[in-house]
Amino acid sequence: MTNEELKQKIGEILPDAAFEEGTEWTTLSCGPEGFLDFAARLKKESDLHFDYLFCLTAVDWKTHLTVVYHFTSTVHRHSLVVKVKLDRSQPIVESVTGLWRTAEFHEREAYDLMGITFNGHPDLRRLFLTPEYEGFPLRKDFEDPINMIKL
Amino acid sequence: MDVTQGNKPFPGQVHEIPGGGVMLSKIDDVINWARSNSLWPLTFATSCCGIEMMSAAGAKYDFSRFGFEVARATPRQADVIIIAGTIVNKMAPVLKRLYDQMADPKYVIAMGACAISGGPFFYNTYSVVKGADHIIPVDVYVAGCPPRPEALLHSLLALQEKIRSGMTREQIRENKPV
Repeated sequence: MTNEELKQKIGEILPDAAFEEGTEWTTLSCGPEGFLDFAARLKKESDLHFDYLFCLTAVDWKTHLTVVYHFTSTVHRHSLVVKVKLDRSQPIVESVTGLWRTAEFHEREAYDLMGITFNGHPDLRRLFLTPEYEGFPLRKDFEDPINMIKL
Repeated sequence: MDVTQGNKPFPGQVHEIPGGGVMLSKIDDVINWARSNSLWPLTFATSCCGIEMMSAAGAKYDFSRFGFEVARATPRQADVIIIAGTIVNKMAPVLKRLYDQMADPKYVIAMGACAISGGPFFYNTYSVVKGADHIIPVDVYVAGCPPRPEALLHSLLALQEKIRSGMTREQIRENKPV
């Protein structure tokens, strides 16, 4: 599908979706409510068929957090970027591990470094840092009292 | 320490006698001479400095010319550990264990900015150890990011010079002979 066709189709599934202009891939942002159903439709609708999650990452915007999903379809050769906006004080989103197994590690990483909770994740624990580590070091307001040296 | 003089001769004095000569030396000097010319490095590289170390080991720079050719993959057979790269908090206990497993006498070279001070990760990081000398004692520091193979060779020669001098780091600092 072309960008316009994707926008048309996804706009029907998720009327709240806000599309960004001037991006390489079709990009939309939405809230965490009903995200899992939306993601399931992205994968299962035969003309969308986003069967491959090639990146899952998180961004700290200081005012809020976003989880960024990059999907692509190995059948239709189209790609989609979904940005899910989360509350900074309570960043919780549904896990997509059941739809794309690759999300298991990606979500653990986002949890480890950004402190985003993925509901329904089978094994949500720290990936790189030690289990007793406190805090989420890639948050913009993170400060490590022992290791941090400020300019 | 002047390493530009090239390899030092065998430590000792030759006393000519008819039909040949007798060499007098100190056993400590002979041991230090032998040790300094056969330093087996541990293959230990945690980031890009490792590439320069490999280059120094390769045919173009070839640190085996100075007795470093037998790179060991086990600390139990190594004499010198070249810390080639960033040491992160998770790597620190591993480095300590490797150092503890090396047999005495053992030497440490801190190669590059990360091993010296944390380098580009000195400020504002949660994961990097700010200098390998927080974990193990370092004999020779090589500046650079990464240091060129020539710089590494210079540090290896400096280490040899240090071993041959037979002095502790305090004695070297005060420039006092044994």
